[in-house]
Parts: sequence; C-alpha cells; structure tokens
Amino acid sequence: MSWGWLIFALAFWAGAWALNGWLANSRHARTRAVRLAVPVVFGITILVVWEGIVRGLGVPLVILPAPSDIWARILSSVPILWGDFLQTFVKGALTGYIIGCGAAILTAILIDRSPFLQRGLLPVGNFVAALPIVGTAPILVMWFGFDWQSKAAVVVVMVFFPMLVNTVEGLASTTAMQRDLMKTYSASYWQTLGKLRLPAAMPFVFNGLKISTTLALIGAIVAEFFGSPIKGMGFRISTEVGRLGLDMVWAEIAVAAVAGSAFYGAVALIEKGVTFWHPSQRG
Amino acid sequence: MNKLLPILAVVAAIIVVWYGAAVKMNAQWAMDQAARAETTLTFPELVVDTWSQDRPVLPAPHQVIAELWGSTVAMNPTSKRSLVYHGWITLSATLLGFAIGTGLGILLAVGIVHSRAMDMGVMPWAIASQTIPILAIAPMIIVVLNSVGITGLIPKAIISAYLSFFPVVVGMVKGLRSPAAFDLDLMKTYSASRSQTFWKLRLPASMPYLFASLKVGIAAALVGTIVGELPTGAIRGLGARMLSGSYYGQTVQIWSALFAAAILAAILVGIIGVIQARTLKRMGMSA
Repeated sequence: MSWGWLIFALAFWAGAWALNGWLANSRHARTRAVRLAVPVVFGITILVVWEGIVRGLGVPLVILPAPSDIWARILSSVPILWGDFLQTFVKGALTGYIIGCGAAILTAILIDRSPFLQRGLLPVGNFVAALPIVGTAPILVMWFGFDWQSKAAVVVVMVFFPMLVNTVEGLASTTAMQRDLMKTYSASYWQTLGKLRLPAAMPFVFNGLKISTTLALIGAIVAEFFGSPIKGMGFRISTEVGRLGLDMVWAEIAVAAVAGSAFYGAVALIEKGVTFWHPSQRG
Repeated sequence: MNKLLPILAVVAAIIVVWYGAAVKMNAQWAMDQAARAETTLTFPELVVDTWSQDRPVLPAPHQVIAELWGSTVAMNPTSKRSLVYHGWITLSATLLGFAIGTGLGILLAVGIVHSRAMDMGVMPWAIASQTIPILAIAPMIIVVLNSVGITGLIPKAIISAYLSFFPVVVGMVKGLRSPAAFDLDLMKTYSASRSQTFWKLRLPASMPYLFASLKVGIAAALVGTIVGELPTGAIRGLGARMLSGSYYGQTVQIWSALFAAAILAAILVGIIGVIQARTLKRMGMSA
C-alpha cells in the first residue's frame, strides 16, 4: 500500500469536485464551454481516482487493472481489437441493425393501413419488446451457425419490436387537421405518406433507432457467448476472462464503449439533420 | 372486446405460422430418417413427425407447452430439473438486483435534482454508460467477485442492478422535476423548506414516472440476471438452462427456459402494474 497515490487520488477528487461545483454555479454555467467541461472533468476524475486506488492499494492486475495498464494493452493489441471490432460490430451488429430496423419500418407502414392489425399487433409487440429476447441467442446460433450471420439474426430479432412499436406510433402522430388538409389537396395515400406522415413520424423513428443502437451491440456480443469463430468481442471477453487476462477484457470493453457511443452519436447527429424542425431540436 | 379480438387474431396467426415453420424446418431431418429407413413419408406422416421430434430445429408450440408443464407442475419443485427451481434462482437474483438498482437510482436522481454540479457532471456519463454494452462486463464482474470470494447471488444481482438503475434515474429525474413552476412557487409562499418541498410536492409528483421506469427496470433486471448466468458456466438458473440446452442440442429445453423467462417477466411487470394502479388510485391520480 502506498499512501502517496491514495492521498493524491483523494485530493484530486476533492479539487475536481470543488471545481465542478464552482463551474456549475458560476455565471458562465450556460455557456457551451462549461457545459462540455463539467462532464469531462467528472470523467477524468473517475479515471484518476481509479488509477490512484489501484496503485495505492496495490490491487492485483487480475482483479482490476489500472487505466494506464488498459491503455498499454490497447496500444499493443490494435490488430486483434480491430479484427474483433470488424467481426462483431461491423458484420454482426451493423448488418443486423440495418436489416432489423428496415424490416420494422416497412412492416409498420404495412400494418398502418389496417386499424385491426394495429390494435392487435401493438400490444403483442409491446409485450415482446419487454421480454428477454437476448435469450433467443442460443436458438439462432443453432440455426444460422457460429459466424456473424447468427449474430446479425439475434440483432434483427432484438431491434425489430422496439422499432416497430415506435414507427407505428409515429405514423399515427399527425393531427386530424393536417390529414384533412392533405385531403383537401386531394393528395393520394402515397403522397400523404411521403410528404406528411413519414416526416411527422421521424422523431419517433429516431427514438427507436437510438434505442436500437445499444440493443444491437449487446445482442451481437451476447450471441457470441453461445459460440463464435475465434474472433469477435464477445468471444475475446469470455475467453480472456477465463485466462484472467483482465486488461484485455477491459480493452475490449473500452472499444465497445467507444464504438457504442460513436454509433449512438452518429444516429443522434443524423436525427438533428432530419428533424431540425422538431421542438426538441430547437432547444 | 374491441381490443381482445385483434390480439387473439394476431396470436392465432403467430401460432399458425409457427406450426407451418416447424414443418418446414424439421422436414429435412424427417426426410433423412425416412431415406435411411428406405421408406417414404406421406404428407400427413411428415407433419406428425415434424411436430413430435426429440431434437427438432424448431419445436412445435405444444411440445414447448408440454415441456413447460412437465418441468413445472408435474415435477417436484426442489428437483434440479424443475424450472420452478431454476426460475426461483433467477428470480431471487433479479429481485435483489432490482431493489439495489432502484434504491441507488432514486438516490442519484435526488442528488441530480438538488445539485447543479451533479446534474451537469453525472448525467452525461449516466447516459453514456448506457450506450456501452453493460452486458459485456457481466462475465468480468462475476470472475472478479469470484476471485475475492463472493459467489452465488450477489454477482448476478449486481449486473441486474446496473441494468435496472438507469431507467430509474432517468424517470425519477424527470418525475422530480415535473411539478410546475407555480406549484413550486406555492410551496415558497408557504415558506416550505427544501426537504418539505421534496417530501410533500416533488416525491408524490414523481410517482407516475417512477412506476413507468420500474416496469422497464424490472424487465431489464431479469435480462441482466439471465445474461449474468451465461458466461461463467453457471449450473443453476434459467440462463444456465439455456446454455446447457445449447451445448447438448436440447432445443425443447431452450425454448421452455425462454418461455419461462418470458412468463416471469410478464408476471413481474404485471405485479408492478397492479401496485401502480393501487398507489395512484389512493393518491387520487388514476386516470
């Protein structure tokens, strides 16, 4: 045990906390710089305190590696991490995400024409969306084999119902007044759909798309626990945990975190471009 | 009635599609068996065979129901093959994790609502923490806790706590901020203290939001527990049932564990729904 690191961590934490308190309550609190600075300071604090505690208490590597160890591991195994990223994220998660969300939006447009189906399918869809769908992973891995196709299939199943429920709700979100206006223009069904209802549904669609980004990555990783070729993030995590290579596990988690956040951020950016007219985007 | 008929129609359609798919997906194996025995199957024989295989690619609904019945009602609940036993293991970890997650989530939400620094600093990270696959950490948490001597219920409960915690934070923050400005002003004219405002205005006003997030949270907690049972070769619990089913090709076992998990999730969400209806009614908030 070395007291220096512990005291340093504690002092850094107290200092950062005070800084954040001062920043948040200062008269600059509404500026963009402060809005960005506060969470960044908080994040750095967590890393420094983590490093300080691990070094100060001499926590062994097999229990919790320090951030610096994890960073070193990331730098030394870039090719492996990149291979796993391609296998799990690009092939498994992204393919499944596109197929699943696309299919859900098309289905939503189809069932939108039938109120009977809507009344029946929505409660069932809501129910299915709340179930532990990730449990279908072993079945789908059996059906589609060990490679990325089965992971994509798990992702498709996981994102389909949240996406469907959101899109159907979005398509129903226009007011009677707006629909009547389209009628007075004698717009056809497709014109109404393309010019009024789909654009109006976009905030809901993007809500579904954002929820699905996380589900996609989770689905792809968990499906690999049920069998995978010798690459992929889920495979690496489960085997390295068995060999107590915790720094490698954390390196994979860091990659997954960055990939997941970037994916979410990209969808949020597209949303900003598409639904610029919506009140929630105009702040 | 207006709602029941469409739902029944959709469910019936799903079951019909399922039976059809079972015939199509299991046909290959039935044909191969018949070819090996040098007989040919008529279509009715083929259908009967595909709906009653021991290890079908896709078990027919009645097979799953039979397995569910056989491993719950018709079996001693303490038996290692009983789904009641495995379900109880999963349920206990889920409930413990849900309680921890909900408690922490509410505490954090109170902090976020009352401290600007926490709001600006913690909230973005709470959101960011959900964009990373928490479930990826599951195996690590279990191995790490195992190496310091904690096994059994607690590691799984921690994972389910982590998953149920976020919906509660978001819902509670929204709920605690839901009182309108003139309600808060009214409290000020009564010269109510911060804690009085909290207990008498903010907390009651947050209840609908809290229950909405509890419903999401408990479903998430169940998923967390099941995934927590997967990667460590656990031998008890619904997740372990699925994993061993996938090792030994026991498809009917996987499907019945999956349905048991689904039924459990539905019951848990239903219980929270009942509590919600009762509470809101007593508070005079029911619609």
